[in-house]
Amino acid sequence: MSHPAPPPPYQPPASTASPAATPGGPGIDLRGTASIPLARLVQVELRKALDTLASFWFVVGLAIIVVGTEVLLTIAIIVQEEPSTPGDYASVASFITGIGLPVLAIMLVTTEWSQRTAMVTFTIEPRRERVLLAKYAVCLVLTIATVLLALVLGFVCAGVCELALPDLTTWEVDWSVIAGFFITQVLAMTLGFALACLLLNTPAAIVGFFVYRLLPLLVFSAIGGFFEWFQDVQPYIDFEVAKGPLYDLSLDSAEELLQLLTSGLLWLGLPLGFGLWRILRAEVK
Amino acid sequence: MITVEGLTRTYGDFTAVDDVSFACRPGRVTGFLGPNGAGKTTTMRILVGLTPATRGRALIGGHTYHQLRNPARHVGVLLDAGAQHGGRTGREILTLGATAMGLPRSRVDEMLQLVSLTETEARRRLRHYSLGMKQRLGIAHALLGEPQVLVLDEPANGLDPAGIRWMRGLLKDYADRGGTVLLSSHLLHEVEQIADEMILIGHGRVVAQGDKKTLMDSHRGTRAETTHVICLDNDRLAEVLRERGVTVRPHGPGLAAECASVDVGRAAAEHQLVLTDLRAADEGGLEDLFLELTSATQREQPSAGGWAGPPAGPPPGFPPPPAPPTYGGPR
Ligand SMILES: Nc1ncnc2c1ncn2[C@@H]1O[C@H](COP(=O)(O)OP(=O)(O)OP(=O)(O)O)[C@@H](O)[C@H]1O
Ligand SMILES: [Mg+2]
Repeated sequence: MSHPAPPPPYQPPASTASPAATPGGPGIDLRGTASIPLARLVQVELRKALDTLASFWFVVGLAIIVVGTEVLLTIAIIVQEEPSTPGDYASVASFITGIGLPVLAIMLVTTEWSQRTAMVTFTIEPRRERVLLAKYAVCLVLTIATVLLALVLGFVCAGVCELALPDLTTWEVDWSVIAGFFITQVLAMTLGFALACLLLNTPAAIVGFFVYRLLPLLVFSAIGGFFEWFQDVQPYIDFEVAKGPLYDLSLDSAEELLQLLTSGLLWLGLPLGFGLWRILRAEVK
Repeated sequence: MITVEGLTRTYGDFTAVDDVSFACRPGRVTGFLGPNGAGKTTTMRILVGLTPATRGRALIGGHTYHQLRNPARHVGVLLDAGAQHGGRTGREILTLGATAMGLPRSRVDEMLQLVSLTETEARRRLRHYSLGMKQRLGIAHALLGEPQVLVLDEPANGLDPAGIRWMRGLLKDYADRGGTVLLSSHLLHEVEQIADEMILIGHGRVVAQGDKKTLMDSHRGTRAETTHVICLDNDRLAEVLRERGVTVRPHGPGLAAECASVDVGRAAAEHQLVLTDLRAADEGGLEDLFLELTSATQREQPSAGGWAGPPAGPPPGFPPPPAPPTYGGPR
């Protein structure tokens, strides 16, 4: 193997040409360097979310499942001559991606630990909170992209139905349903993100994510069966129930808002807080 | 350029880094040398903010690493070449780095060329990289941002002889242009050839520092003069020397005698012994010094049973037992 002569690795800037007589030798002049803009961190994290074999095939697989389901659904509707709107198709797509995307959010955080890339990530940007913010922004970007894609898919499928069943296809979209879906997706993404930060382990966080949604259901109904007074408390600590009014944008009472806040703090705020705290102070190996 | 003051890191009762202070100057390669578990990696991790210090501080160019905005543009870091995603290609890894640092894509090609990774190799995924290829990629990543300071943990790890020589040239050249290099190793010969200055660390403590000459001079007084000799009849020569009260121990294919070379020559002449090699042990002095200074922390202590016999073939590699029993001892 031949080793070419290295090009100059470093030309000392003019300011260090005359070394200052500081105890530790000349210092580094920071005036010429700007911080890494947050947008660039987001760009890098977005790329990292999709550039590995694992994440690539995950996204491809998810896309195949979604498109496959939509095709089957369209055929079924045409064959059975059912009425449909673009929103129907979009909801189905969102439902499937709502299960898959949080896994992507989880991997975005946990692979930094399982693949030990956190060492590089945090030496490039030692302000870890900025990296975490960028990762969360990527979660939001992915969510928006999915909802938009689901809508496009919805209109395409509705277009196909329109050709086959012009009378039964309506082009009205119930935007509150779409908005509700968006909010749900964001909450799911946030939960995945929080559990990933807390557990820093892909399988544990994924299992945790699904247990997290099922377990309260079982536990609360069990407790509620034994103690009647619990039914008064439950709305304040049961996030799944408290989230209900968000789905259809029907949240209108102060009580519901309070229930959403208290249960959200318990089920989302606590794990997120502990998770962020853990990453910010972790020794990175 | 790098200033470390009273740096301490404890894990429970265990002190991994114990009151470590040193400085690295621009234009010089500083070698950070110590046996396994001495605390080199921990010190470097603290330096770049990956591990919080228990006490003390580490500054680069007068700032903590955290204060450096876009630190990769000032400090090139290679702590563990394997700490990259196995599913990414070499090119992708460098591209991610360059993007984050705000560098043009052309910089990636420059760096790939610099570390002699071919276009096909750069398109391969990291999990299929050999140890040396990972190391080259790690060095490329460290140099991406045109830093003034390099912090490298065992950079020669896994490189072939040509690669080690290439890296030596690269780092020397880098330092000659005014860069500051801190590199760690537990291989003395490697550091000896690259480093202008050395910091010897054992058990978390700095045991000696300075350039090679200073190190040797400051410890010469405490050390007995040693001669390396090879004789056709090593056993007989050892016997003769021991009769004269000289401490003799095996050394490679021959002996190390704690006396001046003239005394060994005279003894051989008187007993008509044929010498094939005779010289004052000076170049091996640094190794002895290193082992002596870190011996309290060395894992390989001489076993009580003694020494089995002269090794066949080339001299033993580093590290040899610090103080083997006298030659001709219990058999
Ligand atoms: N998180 C930790 N918890 C407990 N002990 C630790 C931890 N991290 C490091 N150590 C200990 O600190 C000591 C110093 O480790 P370090 O990795 O710095 O050694 P080193 O000088 O780099 O050794 P080597 O030459 O083998 O790489 C070791 O005894 C190690 O076991
Ligand atoms: Mg180490």
